[in-house]
Amino acid sequence: MIEHGDVAVDAAHLPKGHSSAGSLERHLRQGDFVVTTEISPPDSSDPEKVYRRARVFDGYVDAMNATDGSGANCHMSSVAVCALLSRLEYSMVMQVSCRDRNRIAIQGDVLGGAAMGVSNILCLTGDGVQAGDHPQAKPVFDLDSMTALEIVRGMRDDSRFQSGRKITEPPHVFLGAAANPFAPPLDFRPFRLAKKIEAGAQFVQTQYCYDIYRLQSYMKQVREMGLHEKAFIIIGVGPLASARAAEWIRSNVPGVHIPDGVIKRLAGAKDQKQEGKQLCIDLIQQIREIEGVAGVHVMAYRQEEAVAEIIDKSKVLGGRTCWYPGIDRENTV
Amino acid sequence: MKKLRHFSTRHSRFFESLYKVFERALLFCHPVFKRIGYDRLEKPVAVIEKATKGLLFDSQMCGMCTLSSTGMSCPMNCPKKIRNGPCGGVRANGNCEVEPDMPCVWVEAWNGSQRMKNADAIRTIQEPVDHRLIGSSSWLREVRHKTSATSEEQ
Repeated sequence: MIEHGDVAVDAAHLPKGHSSAGSLERHLRQGDFVVTTEISPPDSSDPEKVYRRARVFDGYVDAMNATDGSGANCHMSSVAVCALLSRLEYSMVMQVSCRDRNRIAIQGDVLGGAAMGVSNILCLTGDGVQAGDHPQAKPVFDLDSMTALEIVRGMRDDSRFQSGRKITEPPHVFLGAAANPFAPPLDFRPFRLAKKIEAGAQFVQTQYCYDIYRLQSYMKQVREMGLHEKAFIIIGVGPLASARAAEWIRSNVPGVHIPDGVIKRLAGAKDQKQEGKQLCIDLIQQIREIEGVAGVHVMAYRQEEAVAEIIDKSKVLGGRTCWYPGIDRENTV
Repeated sequence: MKKLRHFSTRHSRFFESLYKVFERALLFCHPVFKRIGYDRLEKPVAVIEKATKGLLFDSQMCGMCTLSSTGMSCPMNCPKKIRNGPCGGVRANGNCEVEPDMPCVWVEAWNGSQRMKNADAIRTIQEPVDHRLIGSSSWLREVRHKTSATSEEQ
């Protein structure tokens, strides 16, 4: 199998049965257990910062999510991060949040992203503005994640904007959505996932999982509904830096559920940071055993350098080295 | 006002049946409405609709009413205006991420929907709001929509 990076393609160059020419879709359809991660866009206009942040994941991830003003904080935009990294053919997941842009802007960005070689687009509703550094900003929310998915799918499959106006070359993108199996109302969560899949989601990345039991019961329902056969489900994980950090996240970051047992385990450890990584490795190994899980999404905000170690020790790649710019050069030398 | 909103989601099944009767009455009046002219009716009906639904459901009058598919909880009260919620930020106690003291509109919607006859209606995907319709009567829109559909069939 020839490995290469992600580039913009036209319909004639799509692999058969694929929506995109991207390596994330390719690996998922091949049945590989995939690893994705999150790159945090800098508060800077220096492109080197973006390249440096991407490089720490080289070899260990199948795709990188460029976040779109995550936590409603202002950073370099996801489109710009994708523009920089797609030049190097990195496999990008461009996050599109409905908080800051209306449907006109969103559809424009989708076309632009696809033109740059972005193969994956993840539609999110987005955090409320109150969560970030500009609580005085106007929340847009013209669309929600569900309707954004439907519109992007329509652009791709019907070559039409929401208005019905024709698109000459549609965006060949693999469509993603987010899910939170750990927040109330728990019984509704699998149905909401079904709705997202119906709206066009082909892969799903979940919120941080720290409660394996809750995930197991969610996945059981997902399997009963056959949803794992309609979309690839990638579970979010991440290392906690300390018991105190975990407490802070639990009470300040919307939607993250951390059971008491996890905090106790961290508090009782000699080296809490190391224990946080070990906990993440243990969780990945347990998650991997769950039927219907297609991969893990490792989010290690401010601990990005730990991702390689976590993936390496958890052995989920099974000896596979993920593509990165320059991989061929290094292997032939 | 908010108390009444919670009362309405708790009694969603009653309001579901009530609306069905009401809708039939509206459809029955279609010939009269047509005679008076829908455009002329728009303003006064919208005022009545806003007063009734505002009182009972805290309706925000998006003009594309989804109450019978959202457990009688108006999704436009969600600070993120999610019509296909709930978002991932719902607190452990079931309250809103943005307004910590308010129960999540979608937790209420889910509970309300499960009391209704058509409990599966909440699973249908709702379209994004057409911002031109905000403030207009969705009652009249619905009647016009349904009657034009049946006249086309004939």
